Amino acid sequence: MKTNPLLQIIKYAVLALFTFVFGYPIFLMIVSSFKENAEIFTNPLSLPTSFNLDNYIEVWEVVNFSNYIINSIIVSSASVFIVLFVSSLAGYYLSRYRFKWNPYLLAFFMIGLMLPMKLAVIPLYMTMLKLGLVDTLFALIFIYVAGGIPFAVFLFYGFFRTVPRALEDSARLDGCNDFQVYYRIVLPIMKPAISIVGIVNLINVWNDFFYPLIFIRTDSLSTIPLGMLTLFGEYDTQWNLLFAGLTLSSLPMIVAFLFASRQFMDSLTEGAVK
Amino acid sequence: MAKNKQKNRYKKHLVHLFILPAALIYGVFQLYPLISAALNSFYSFNGFERMDFIGFQNFITLFTEKPYKDFFLNAFSHNWIYFFVTVLTQLVISLILALIIHSKIKGKEFFKSMFFLPKLLSVIVIGFLFSLILNPTRGALNTLLEAIGLEAFTRPWLGDMSTALLSVIFVDSWASIGFSMLIFLAGLQAIDKEIFEAARIDGANSFTVLFRITLPMIGPALMIMTVLTFIGSFETFEYVFAMQGSSGGPYYSTDVLTTFFYRLAFGTVDGGQAIGLGSAVAVVLFIIIGMATSIILFVFKRKDFER
Repeated sequence: MKTNPLLQIIKYAVLALFTFVFGYPIFLMIVSSFKENAEIFTNPLSLPTSFNLDNYIEVWEVVNFSNYIINSIIVSSASVFIVLFVSSLAGYYLSRYRFKWNPYLLAFFMIGLMLPMKLAVIPLYMTMLKLGLVDTLFALIFIYVAGGIPFAVFLFYGFFRTVPRALEDSARLDGCNDFQVYYRIVLPIMKPAISIVGIVNLINVWNDFFYPLIFIRTDSLSTIPLGMLTLFGEYDTQWNLLFAGLTLSSLPMIVAFLFASRQFMDSLTEGAVK
Repeated sequence: MAKNKQKNRYKKHLVHLFILPAALIYGVFQLYPLISAALNSFYSFNGFERMDFIGFQNFITLFTEKPYKDFFLNAFSHNWIYFFVTVLTQLVISLILALIIHSKIKGKEFFKSMFFLPKLLSVIVIGFLFSLILNPTRGALNTLLEAIGLEAFTRPWLGDMSTALLSVIFVDSWASIGFSMLIFLAGLQAIDKEIFEAARIDGANSFTVLFRITLPMIGPALMIMTVLTFIGSFETFEYVFAMQGSSGGPYYSTDVLTTFFYRLAFGTVDGGQAIGLGSAVAVVLFIIIGMATSIILFVFKRKDFER
């Protein structure tokens, strides 16, 4: 097929323009994080005159950054793991057993897919208050798990329905019980679904700001996004620190993306299309 | 023999443990709060305490009494503007980018990753980053405009009532274009290549192919993305909160229903907590978003429910 050279030039020009549009703000954020505050003020667009990590060291000292990172890691890993575990079990149950209440159970989970949970935050707050979980990481973990379950159950349910039963039946004949069948036979075939649910939830949980804003009061229990609010509240004139903080909070996801960009993009696409 | 049977029945019941944890956590921490939030809209409140059942009074107050009526309409109209502008910026641009990347081009993976990159950052990080970039005196955008001789276009982007909402929407689009581009790409890749061959043999030119074949074939993806954009436009909170604060400044020019809800629920401005009114706003949003989601679920995902 012939390609029109003019059209090709226009295409690359558009791509180059948008590479700039998407890349430059992030580039600017990283570059500015190495500058001194006065330098950002006088030459916002230039490259830093010297390369040093002072801003990072200072950010680390003025706010509880190490706490924020640890809290984010605890909350994200616990939430993602629990969502995967309970939702895959539920999806398996819904697709493999023909109980008469299964369609109602599916509808039960579907309500959560339809309505924005953010707006249920007042009763959620009162529930957490009763359980004594306000201002604890447990509150966040329970919320993220509950929020992730509907999507994950539906995805697992859809996947299980594509897996032939013959495999499980033969394992059952070999004397495996239900849980063993699930654990030894089914889980290994489920890797694609696990990675979709895992990545979608990881990005959501790691980056979420709304629930920590409502449920966390103690600074040392903040996750990274909420920590940014503290940083911006207290050091709003020291842009060198602000840029360093923003870069530091984005780094983990960007590095993970560099290693597994394909999985990230495929998971989010599949997750939305499925 | 009988004993064995009993043991089997016992084992059969154990299988319900598979569904129990998910149903329990979801029921307690999501479904119950959702139902309770809807019921709250029919009660009067004292702080966080439910007082009397007052029927539709909260809704009547919200829709007819000042200042709530004005706040509601103002925020509601901003959500609609948010939606229409986002369709133009996010969807049109991402569709164009998807079409280009899907065509014969080098470096597909690089461009895809570049455009997708913002999606990995936290919404609050993006909001804060752009509040620095769009700063009127020290921000990179105005400095850049001055440097290339476009001083006339410099302005306090987030502080000017005429550009504030648009700026917030552009920032949201900046972060979301990569994701919708991927959805469109997935749609494009699913089209059977033979259709294009056949069209070419029949002598169709590029524009005919684009409007007669490509766009109709990715209709479902377009439809899904439009509905998702609609939902996103009514759920939007963090970008406004990060760049303009919970009162949607300057002077409520970027106020949306979620920030209005947040103020009513957590009483930072507008004269303290009003849980009942806040819940009424939540119910309005439940209805709007619930209807939009049903379109996706029932039009596109019906197969999940057919056995």
